Amino acid sequence: MNHYLKYLGKRVFYMFVTLFLIASITFFLSKLLPGTPYTNQEKLSDQQIEIMNEQYGLNEPTVVQYGIYMGGLVTGDLGTSFQYDNTPVTKLLSTRIGPSLQLGFQAVVLGTFFGIILGVISAMKQNTWIDTSATFVAILGRSIPNFVFAVLLQLIFAVKLGWFPIALWNGGFESSVLPTLALAIGPLADSARFIRTEMVDVLSSDYIELARAKGLSRWIVAFKHGVRNALIPLLTILGPMAVALMTGSMVVENIYAIPGIGEQFVKSILSNDYPTIMGVTILYSAMLVLIILVVDIMYGIVDPRIRVSSEGGN
Amino acid sequence: METHDHNATINEKTKFSPDMFEKASGASTEDNEKISAPSLSFLQDSWRRLKKNKAAVISLGILLVIMVLAFSAPLISPHSPYTQYSGQTSLPPKIPGIDINGLNGTTTAGGGERFDKYAQVGAEEGTYYILGTDSLGRDLLSRILYGTRVSLIIAFAAAFFDLTFGVIYGLVSGWKGGRVDNVMQRILEILSGVPNLVVVILTLLVLEPGIQAIIIALAITGWIPMARIVRAQTLKLKNQEYILAAQTLGESSIKIALKHLISNLSGVIIIQTMFSIPSAIFFEAFLSFIGIGIPAPLASLGTLINDGYKTFQFLPHIMWYPAGVLCVLMISFNLLADGLRDAFDPKMKD
Repeated sequence: MNHYLKYLGKRVFYMFVTLFLIASITFFLSKLLPGTPYTNQEKLSDQQIEIMNEQYGLNEPTVVQYGIYMGGLVTGDLGTSFQYDNTPVTKLLSTRIGPSLQLGFQAVVLGTFFGIILGVISAMKQNTWIDTSATFVAILGRSIPNFVFAVLLQLIFAVKLGWFPIALWNGGFESSVLPTLALAIGPLADSARFIRTEMVDVLSSDYIELARAKGLSRWIVAFKHGVRNALIPLLTILGPMAVALMTGSMVVENIYAIPGIGEQFVKSILSNDYPTIMGVTILYSAMLVLIILVVDIMYGIVDPRIRVSSEGGN
Repeated sequence: METHDHNATINEKTKFSPDMFEKASGASTEDNEKISAPSLSFLQDSWRRLKKNKAAVISLGILLVIMVLAFSAPLISPHSPYTQYSGQTSLPPKIPGIDINGLNGTTTAGGGERFDKYAQVGAEEGTYYILGTDSLGRDLLSRILYGTRVSLIIAFAAAFFDLTFGVIYGLVSGWKGGRVDNVMQRILEILSGVPNLVVVILTLLVLEPGIQAIIIALAITGWIPMARIVRAQTLKLKNQEYILAAQTLGESSIKIALKHLISNLSGVIIIQTMFSIPSAIFFEAFLSFIGIGIPAPLASLGTLINDGYKTFQFLPHIMWYPAGVLCVLMISFNLLADGLRDAFDPKMKD
């Protein structure tokens, strides 16, 4: 256990190093970025610019600005947005994180649930037409960009059939159906594919043979003994899945006009709102490293073999 | 005792006479050793297996057709992709000799009766836009051809950089081992904590917008999986006998890497490259769709989809054609990559 704690400590240390580097790189990159935060700089007098620079702390030397920024980060202060009436970035993002998290969560749950079912059926009916069509669905899901899929859903279910609002967010169930579906297609495809491979492996293992030999039916064996063991490695794709969801949310939130982080990110990129861009960058990176860490910890808990090997190896 | 008796009875029963035997002909030992199947190289063998995978072969065919069309865009596109035919904006598709509603220049856009849009805008007799025009009066087919070309160029260039950098990094890290490997792996670990999306977007903001910027942005992030896979494989291979033999014979590390490692890694390298191409195509389209990709008037599949999305409720075809090409490209690349993985995977060998 002591080894394990040491390993965890090392991981947490690397997590902070990663975040520190990301924050620093983002900060210095933002100093290199072209353009100024002022919309009509030509119309401003030198004096006005000076006052504004002072207000945003842009008159200090870069190193001092860096110190101030990093100091602020520790207390959760991400600076002040250049747009949106000088709202603090932290406040701007915290009002928007709700819808994004809700959609992301719904999409992961929905996508992996149906993905697992699809994958298990695929593995049980290996090399039949059912398997082929399930695999094809997974390939479609992986291939069709989610913004194309989102627009397709919007056209069919909102514009033509009118079942759901076209682009509206009120936090209710109806307004979240289409964006959730659009985001869920990726996790669905990934988990279906993953579970299929795992299940094919698991189904040929000795304990499954034993359960079968004892007279249990194929499907009971598959669900009681197979899926459980196939699920563990599924944890490893949670990290990549989260990244895909972040990417996806940027377009999906825009298409369905959802006031989330992704939509804010795109807006900020297009309007050179550097403090907000940096804020979202750091937020996304923090979420990713945290997810990777949590996945590793969970993996160690769920599958003791991993813990043993990490003690012995690294 | 009992067994002895048993053997004795057998010997008594089986009496051999010389005429029961036939002399073997001299050539027969050679015949036995002969390999009846043609001897295949690794690539030939993989190709043979790939050919059995129908989906992969069809995908390969589709990809070849799309690539030929896209790269010969300057020769075959019916119009310039940049010329704006004034007044002839948002025309529906019109194909010579075909009189099916939707493909003959008529439309019901705006509701009501079907009418000839070409006649309405006063286009000359004999004016054809096979896929119609966009909202600025540019020929959609030509723009899609050029756009596909741009998307493919970006994808191939990004994949090429992934390949070179990833393979070198992985080889060095795996081959050197020890402290070098440790440091290089820590760097990878930190880099992989950064979401690709964030790096790509920051790079794009810093660089001058354009094709090069996107290629660089994609290349900066894309090599990490390749480096990981190559390192893992190198670690496995470097303790094999033939590598040890080469080392014992005094072969230099660089020659071993080029002659022995790369050729044995070619399978995983090809597979990984095949997966990085569709991911680059997706990323480019994604960036262009949110508006920070290829600057106007250049077109890529992503910018075309973005343009089409602005009017998709009234003129869906402007979006669906490029979106269709994008989807077909992505599906074909993924199917082909899957097929290649199965073909190169020796465990699947039949």
